[in-house]
Amino acid sequence: MKRLVVVGASLAGLRAAQAARSAGFTGELVIVGAERHRPYTRPPLSKELLKGEHTAEQCALRHPELHADWRLGVAATGLDRAARTVTLADHTTVAYDRLIIATGARAREWTGPGAQLAGVHTLRTLDDAHTLRGALNPGARLVIIGAGFIGCEVAASARARGAEVVVVDIAPHPMLPLGPELGARCGALHAQHGVEIRCGVGIEALVGTTHVEAVGLTDGSTLPTDVVLLALGAVPNVEWLAGSGLQLDGGVVCDATLTAACDPDILAAGDLASWPHPLADGERVRVEHWTVAAEHGQLAGRNALRDPAERAPHVAPPYFWSDQYDTKVQAVGFPGRADALEIVESDGHRLLALGERGGELVAVVGFNAAKRVASVRREMAMAGAR
Amino acid sequence: MKVHVDMNLCQSHGECVLVAPDVFDLGDDDVLVWKEDVPEDRRADMEAAVNACPMMAISIEG
Repeated sequence: MKRLVVVGASLAGLRAAQAARSAGFTGELVIVGAERHRPYTRPPLSKELLKGEHTAEQCALRHPELHADWRLGVAATGLDRAARTVTLADHTTVAYDRLIIATGARAREWTGPGAQLAGVHTLRTLDDAHTLRGALNPGARLVIIGAGFIGCEVAASARARGAEVVVVDIAPHPMLPLGPELGARCGALHAQHGVEIRCGVGIEALVGTTHVEAVGLTDGSTLPTDVVLLALGAVPNVEWLAGSGLQLDGGVVCDATLTAACDPDILAAGDLASWPHPLADGERVRVEHWTVAAEHGQLAGRNALRDPAERAPHVAPPYFWSDQYDTKVQAVGFPGRADALEIVESDGHRLLALGERGGELVAVVGFNAAKRVASVRREMAMAGAR
Repeated sequence: MKVHVDMNLCQSHGECVLVAPDVFDLGDDDVLVWKEDVPEDRRADMEAAVNACPMMAISIEG
């Protein structure tokens, strides 16, 4: 292979490039990124950066010199597998021998009335985080739509900045994948910190003339506000692959080695990879966690140098965390797939829950239980590697 | 080589413990403990730990 092209210059793409170089790849390396920024880490955007504890410089991902041709600030717009080229937004093309697709995901937009009003935000990029931070002055009223991880983390960060916060979600409780019992605990945590949680209610409209002034809910009530954050989850960036012949199912369909279903010269990594996982009964999953992007990138970078038959699978149980106030929520595996999450240890501040599916351990969730979570995670990883 | 962890950044995710349990460990209080002096033949593992840390808290000297 002469030329490896990595499309996507965030965590998965960077780790793929690093892994290829450290595995001895000396050919041409091209890294394409839609954002103008060098690779940076996103978890602080809803937490430390929003609170003003970290600067943008502290979010930059460190890496050795990669001797790469960086094409930043220019999105990929098309893939021609017959010609083996990627087309970029500036109408240039980049030829590849092997290609790693790591274009990630973007924040899901709200398409209802009032979506275009000023003061309505999403949070995915560094630029988004700076804009949102500028709007969250002490005393500002913030309505967050979506009580998932980003919504809950921003609620905690906004409280630290002195904003008044209401979180709205159509789901019956916050942090849906954690189930009703743990989700209710998260809700209680926010209530203790002065956040109003409105679950089981939807959004009718965002109201205002030029700037958002209120959020109208489906129960007929209205929440006056200065700022709205749409935290509705993420959508994989796969539109540029339409017409390429790659199999897409919301993500890029891969085998266990992250190799694209119908093309051994193409691999995918991170948020958009859809790959069969042993802890999910071999069903394909798409996972939007930091550690999965890092692990995928590393694996895809190595696998891209190998013949298809010699490529290794990704089997590690997914890990994610969320920091809200002084509580560290950690989860391993697939909590949403467990038959139930059983709380096995709890002393108010600290909690450990295990989730089984058909008698097999598929998830562990901890609140302030880092050592226990790490130890169960290691057991699950070892079981998965067997 | 010397392994440093910035404890102002460390949040006890345990990624490094998974990579190299003989070098990194979490104490009963969930606070990271680690060996500062690591033999040269473990460089690849230490670099993996640096990359695995979500907080970018680990660095290698020498």
